[in-house]
Amino acid sequence: MNRNARLLEAALFSASQPLGLDELRRLLSGASKNEVADALEELRQHLNEHEHGVELGEVAGGFQLLTRTEFAEEIAAARIVQRPRRLSRAALETLAVIAYRQPVSRAEVEEIRGVSVEGVLRLLLEREFVEVAGRAEGMGRPLLYRTTVQFLELLGLNDLNELPKLEDLSVALRPPMPQPEL
Amino acid sequence: MPSAERTDTATDDQAFVVRLDQFSGPLDLLLHLIREQEIDIADIPIAVIAEQFLHAITSLGLDEASDYLEMAAVLLRIKIQMLLPRPFDDENWEDPRAQLVRRLLEYEQVREVAGWIADQAQGQSDRFARGWQQELPEAPPAPIVIDLDEILVAAERVIEAMPQPVLHRVVPRPLDVEGATRRIAAMLDERDGFDFREALGPSPTVADVLSVLLALLELARLGRVLLRQRTPFADLGVQRESQRSPA
Repeated sequence: MNRNARLLEAALFSASQPLGLDELRRLLSGASKNEVADALEELRQHLNEHEHGVELGEVAGGFQLLTRTEFAEEIAAARIVQRPRRLSRAALETLAVIAYRQPVSRAEVEEIRGVSVEGVLRLLLEREFVEVAGRAEGMGRPLLYRTTVQFLELLGLNDLNELPKLEDLSVALRPPMPQPEL
Repeated sequence: MPSAERTDTATDDQAFVVRLDQFSGPLDLLLHLIREQEIDIADIPIAVIAEQFLHAITSLGLDEASDYLEMAAVLLRIKIQMLLPRPFDDENWEDPRAQLVRRLLEYEQVREVAGWIADQAQGQSDRFARGWQQELPEAPPAPIVIDLDEILVAAERVIEAMPQPVLHRVVPRPLDVEGATRRIAAMLDERDGFDFREALGPSPTVADVLSVLLALLELARLGRVLLRQRTPFADLGVQRESQRSPA
């Protein structure tokens, strides 16, 4: 690996959060985006070709070193890392509605899910997968909710465009509203 | 996906208990009933489904959940609307089931996306990031470190402050905690804070010291005073907690 790639590896190893492109450019003292991308690609290939236990992950618009999934069971079983608690179906469904309809009010989520979501929403707010995006116009000016960066990290997505397209779902139905710009 | 619990056990009251969280809501239960019987969602035999839904929420013990009852009401309303006679050729007639079908399809989409999110999160939770740390609980205050000499010195200081103990006292004087409390309350009325020593008054007896101490601890427990000791063996500071005067 060339020096840039090795420097990237060192920086990613030391970082506790995903590092964005801007940070990486600063790290490589003003390298161009292409140079950073090349170095990242070299590191990625190196980790793959030499069968390292970690790989280069791309999450929430940043990069970080992640352990390979094949080792997850053993690492978790040895209690070296604790896995995050799984979300309930109610929480997953609520997240799904918010992800596609954001910014969205609680009442709308409840209308779609046919069930009160107060408790679930509080849990999602606590775990910071959703946040308050503001207030709607109109009656009562209800709070509007949207998903967070933590939500992207939870799913390992770079941005919301990586959510499945509604037209790709097996259930053929367009939402009554135009699909919000994600 | 809920496991295929049978819902036709009316005769079999309480034969099985189904947890409420088996279904994530009335739409979920409704979809389950529809899918289980391979009914065309666009042409739901509403009378049958309404019947089964009511039946299910009773036998599943879900009937307390208002969300389910609301759905039951919707189904019954649609059932009634379907029974109403309508002009043979009315172009304005709208299938009363249409909105329900739309909601069901929409909800099914949500369910599908929820499944995708679950898979995705599962895959992601199998890749551990560097620097993942469990949140540390807040550190408890550091323990006070003292050695034996300090304790002895402190004890001597307290003993010195007391008059010569009267030996062979036969009748033990009961502690006057109430009196001490009243006195401290009176002092707090005048001042925001004072020293433990001041509360003792001149030439306190052992009983006085203990009474005042107990009174202070009780007041602290009630949240009326704040006791503070800046360093080990420093004088105990007494401060009025909050601005309201003690009742």
